[in-house]
Amino acid sequence: MTDVVIELQNLSVRLGERNILQQLTATLRGRTIGLLGPNGAGKSTLINSLLGFFPITSGSARVFGYDTRRDANEIKRLIGYMPENDSFIGQMSAVAFLQMMAELSGLPAETALERAHEALFYVGLGEARYRPIGSYSLGMKQMAKLAQAIVHGPKLVILDEPTNGLDPAARTRMIRLIKEMRATNQMHIVLCSHLLRDVEEVCEEVLILKQGRIVHYSNLEEERKANKRFVEVELAGSTPQGEYEFAEAVAGLGCETVFAGPSRLKIVMPIDVDMKNLYVLAAARDLQLRRLNYRRDTLEDIFLKAMDHRPIETAAVPPPVPMEVPNGRL
Amino acid sequence: MAVYKRTYRGYEGVLTSAWSRFLIITKYAWRGVFGARFLTSFLVACCFFPLGCAGFIYLANNLSFLSRFNVDASKWVEINGRFFLTFLTVQSSFAYILTAWIGPGLVAPDLSNNGLPLYFCRPLSRTEYVLGKFSVLFLLLSALTWIPGLLLFGIQASLAGWEWLSKNWWIASSIFLGSVLWVSILSLIALAMSAWVKWRIAASALILGVFWLGAGLGAAVNSVLHIHAGTLIDAASLIGIVWSDLFGVTRSSGISIEEAWFALLGFCVICVTLLNRKIRAFEVIR
Repeated sequence: MTDVVIELQNLSVRLGERNILQQLTATLRGRTIGLLGPNGAGKSTLINSLLGFFPITSGSARVFGYDTRRDANEIKRLIGYMPENDSFIGQMSAVAFLQMMAELSGLPAETALERAHEALFYVGLGEARYRPIGSYSLGMKQMAKLAQAIVHGPKLVILDEPTNGLDPAARTRMIRLIKEMRATNQMHIVLCSHLLRDVEEVCEEVLILKQGRIVHYSNLEEERKANKRFVEVELAGSTPQGEYEFAEAVAGLGCETVFAGPSRLKIVMPIDVDMKNLYVLAAARDLQLRRLNYRRDTLEDIFLKAMDHRPIETAAVPPPVPMEVPNGRL
Repeated sequence: MAVYKRTYRGYEGVLTSAWSRFLIITKYAWRGVFGARFLTSFLVACCFFPLGCAGFIYLANNLSFLSRFNVDASKWVEINGRFFLTFLTVQSSFAYILTAWIGPGLVAPDLSNNGLPLYFCRPLSRTEYVLGKFSVLFLLLSALTWIPGLLLFGIQASLAGWEWLSKNWWIASSIFLGSVLWVSILSLIALAMSAWVKWRIAASALILGVFWLGAGLGAAVNSVLHIHAGTLIDAASLIGIVWSDLFGVTRSSGISIEEAWFALLGFCVICVTLLNRKIRAFEVIR
């Protein structure tokens, strides 16, 4: 098994008359990988293609080095999958349901029973484990789905919108569980969500999809380690030309700059650039720095920028760039 | 990991063999089926007729016992192909009722609860899933048809002796082949109908309807158009034609034995096609 979790090579999936995924190419290695995108972006289709549910039209997809077409059973042996929608066998008790799922994954019956109990306790359904799943609340069903995804001890767990329909407390519990699973270092996690907050809290790598194409790849972990300062300033007292000259001067210090709106400038400052330089440059142009906020380039910024971008057409995912907009106005 | 620790751990232990994985589906479906008391009562009721037949076979082989009561039963107690055909016809009716009762509960809940992705994200193919569910019906219906049929044949052979067995051994293969054909068709129709409508009650009605409507429509076509082709959509008549041929009983139906076999094959193909379309992790809306 390679250290590459998922490898896509010009992956295209066509369902009926529609091209759902188009020429996806990416190599993902992170312990927690986020699939982000608006509804209909192709996130679930990508997952379903990795699981072999949808046929690949062209290109290839590999999971831990196994080809999804040739080695489907090998991949399924290593994967745990939590589907987006309600998905259960209603008349069975949670324990019987999980035992069956574990046995289907290849575990002997006694081990499957033991792990079914453990998994239900782990997700907090210990007291309700003998109840039929059909009688569970929505939050409990989500937890039961998570339990069935991990009951057989997979190497990769794919979670499709795990916090869907959960109240804030249940969502917090779910995110905490996912973080705990990540912390064990025994599995990789693919989190598919349209909720930026979920992905940002949990993931190291993020792949943003739009209309069936990859529009952005971001290694959040690298960015967190980059030790750069993100500053947002609001300028006043000058013309747009003056603001533009200020931005150029700041860029001359070695900073990356981008206008985020009228008179609003985002700056990525290397660690060796002193803050007082900004005040000096502003004073020299008779500019007022009205608001000055330290902030990270949040996933929301990345996502919103990605939604305005053209899809990446190149064959490889670009290296992580903290702020990929060039200097100057957008 | 002990339950109280509540931590996650991977699994590195042994795995069961892949070829037998479909039997897990059978095991759990079987457990669900026998959860209903009705089934146990029904299976007990289904044993009465084979027991009566066993008694009849005993009497037929002990005519001297009847002659004590001045009964000359030598003509109407002959154990032959017709006897076993009658046995199979009665038992197949029980099998039909049982299929309409338990068949829809095997697949429809999985589909209506969107449970199939959970099966197929594991190393289990669609064929294995269908095979697992099919096995439940096959085993249950076998217990009503060819297993008691062969037991009766064995009783008769042991009582009648070698001479009878050497002349009638073909009846055993007819019992087995005829039963397996009926059981397979019933099982496939039950699975296909419940996969199609995804609703247990409607599926039960549809399973009954396939035979009743087929018979009615076929008879209407034959009557109105003065042809025999209507029989081709009447599954019960088709199986009757095949059984009559297998048990060496003459029966006039208007269609040939080959046509009956092809029509039954057609039923199977339709059912398998329907299952192939419906038993999927996700249905693609085109």
